[in-house]
Amino acid sequence: MNTQKLYQQVILEHNKKPRNYGDLSPRTHEAEGYNPLCGDHIWVHLNVEHNQLTAIQFKGDGCAICKASASMMTQALSGHSLDEVEVIISEFKRLVKGELDPDDGSHHLGRLTIFSGIWQYPARVKCAALAWHAASGALSQKQTVSTE
Amino acid sequence: MALEIDFKKDFPQLTRTVHEQPLAYLDNAATTLKPKAVVEVISNHYALETSNVHRGVHWLSENATLAYESARMTIKDFLHAQDPGEIVFTSGTTASINMIAQMLAPSFKPGDEILLTEMEHHSNIIPWQMLAEKTGALIKYLPLKETGELCLDQLPSLLTPKTRVLSLTYISNAIGTINPVKDIVAQAKECGVLTVVDGAQAVSHVPIDVTDLGCDFFVFSGHKLFGPTGIGVLYGKASLLASLPPAMGGGGMIREVTMTKSTYAPPPEKFEAGTPHIAGAIGLAAAIRYVQAIGFAFIEAKEKELTDYARQALKGLSGLTLIGEAQKHTAIFSFVLEGIHPHDIGTLLDQKGIAIRAGHHCCQPLMKFYDVVATTRASLAFYNTKEDIDALIEGIQSTQEVFS
Repeated sequence: MNTQKLYQQVILEHNKKPRNYGDLSPRTHEAEGYNPLCGDHIWVHLNVEHNQLTAIQFKGDGCAICKASASMMTQALSGHSLDEVEVIISEFKRLVKGELDPDDGSHHLGRLTIFSGIWQYPARVKCAALAWHAASGALSQKQTVSTE
Repeated sequence: MALEIDFKKDFPQLTRTVHEQPLAYLDNAATTLKPKAVVEVISNHYALETSNVHRGVHWLSENATLAYESARMTIKDFLHAQDPGEIVFTSGTTASINMIAQMLAPSFKPGDEILLTEMEHHSNIIPWQMLAEKTGALIKYLPLKETGELCLDQLPSLLTPKTRVLSLTYISNAIGTINPVKDIVAQAKECGVLTVVDGAQAVSHVPIDVTDLGCDFFVFSGHKLFGPTGIGVLYGKASLLASLPPAMGGGGMIREVTMTKSTYAPPPEKFEAGTPHIAGAIGLAAAIRYVQAIGFAFIEAKEKELTDYARQALKGLSGLTLIGEAQKHTAIFSFVLEGIHPHDIGTLLDQKGIAIRAGHHCCQPLMKFYDVVATTRASLAFYNTKEDIDALIEGIQSTQEVFS
């Protein structure tokens, strides 16, 4: 994977115009994601009703990979049941670590597979995963998550 | 002056490729490359001369002791210290500063003041915060100006009768400012304040004379001076080292041990508990001999040429803002690109074989001052070339195109 593939148009476009950006109100869950090594710092807000993620937004500052990943995550998770959300988050975390084959049709990641080659950039895996760790932290009632 | 020496034969790493591109190594403030002379001395020590120091009566041990103590002498001369007993080997700058803070701790009282500056590396902040927490001391900071220079006019009012120690960096690792350390040390001395100079970035760029600087302590790391990692130096004035307690206890630092109490060896052994990094000390001495053979006259002239070239080229790029433009500035450039995060710049430059640093450079208070989360930093050494800088400029332009 070369950088052209990593920095493809979809990612650059989401970086420039992040979707579902800003505070969410009302909300039932929230968490802060922070990577002390690079300073990526985002907040994820979620609203859950009857086991359904009805809305999700994020805000914060980070690199293009971090912001695009957060932006695309909000689109991918919104409207799903919590069980589905858990599956998608887990699949994405495996994808960025190189543990999930993007060509295997059984996953639910759709366009998110553009992050599939990022495991080749170990320093950047945490950028892609930060918002997702924050989202799962929020749902498990952890207020702050830090990339491991 | 012949500034076109080809250093590729001395530094094999300069000839390698990264991602199939010739390497442009511009991360010298993080660590410097090692000349062959250093690698060979270390390899030879481990291959043929391994032995502990100050222990055995056998020939190899005496030989290792001689090499280790000769290394101390080389460092004494390099720093222009008065006595080899003033040179303590440590694992690096961080260890040196932590040790000084621990050595001073028993004499600290609640309300005593520690003066630092806003441009310090975390390694010159946290050991003092730990000391302050333990003793009830207070930390104050000499502020910074937008140019990246210290507000020297505020120094007199920050040096109070309660100030015990002033610890500051000679050269900023994040923005390259060269501080007027000699003047600052002189003012502190007038107020009876102990002075610690963090020389981590300075040693590879400017000649050091601790006697002329007048500081009580001077610390640096071998790996930022073309030497190995894991070795560093704590210089302390002889009279101070004689009176201060050791930070660590163990073998090699004692005169006599009984079951209840021990007496300590004189400095420097008092501060070198345990088997030292013998190969590291020998390797560092080899690095210093290499630097001395090139000479600081050459190093400073070459770096000035590169610095002028790089500054002009960077300033010519639209959308790029240099962070810190002190009058006295070394070959370290921090910058931000409008709308592009430093980590994205770092990854895209890496693909072109250009090694730079992206992040907060262990200087979060400084980043806060400039209201940025992170910067991109290119830091040069005497072996860099104008081609390296050209590659950086092209890399930045192509990064801007990707994000346009």
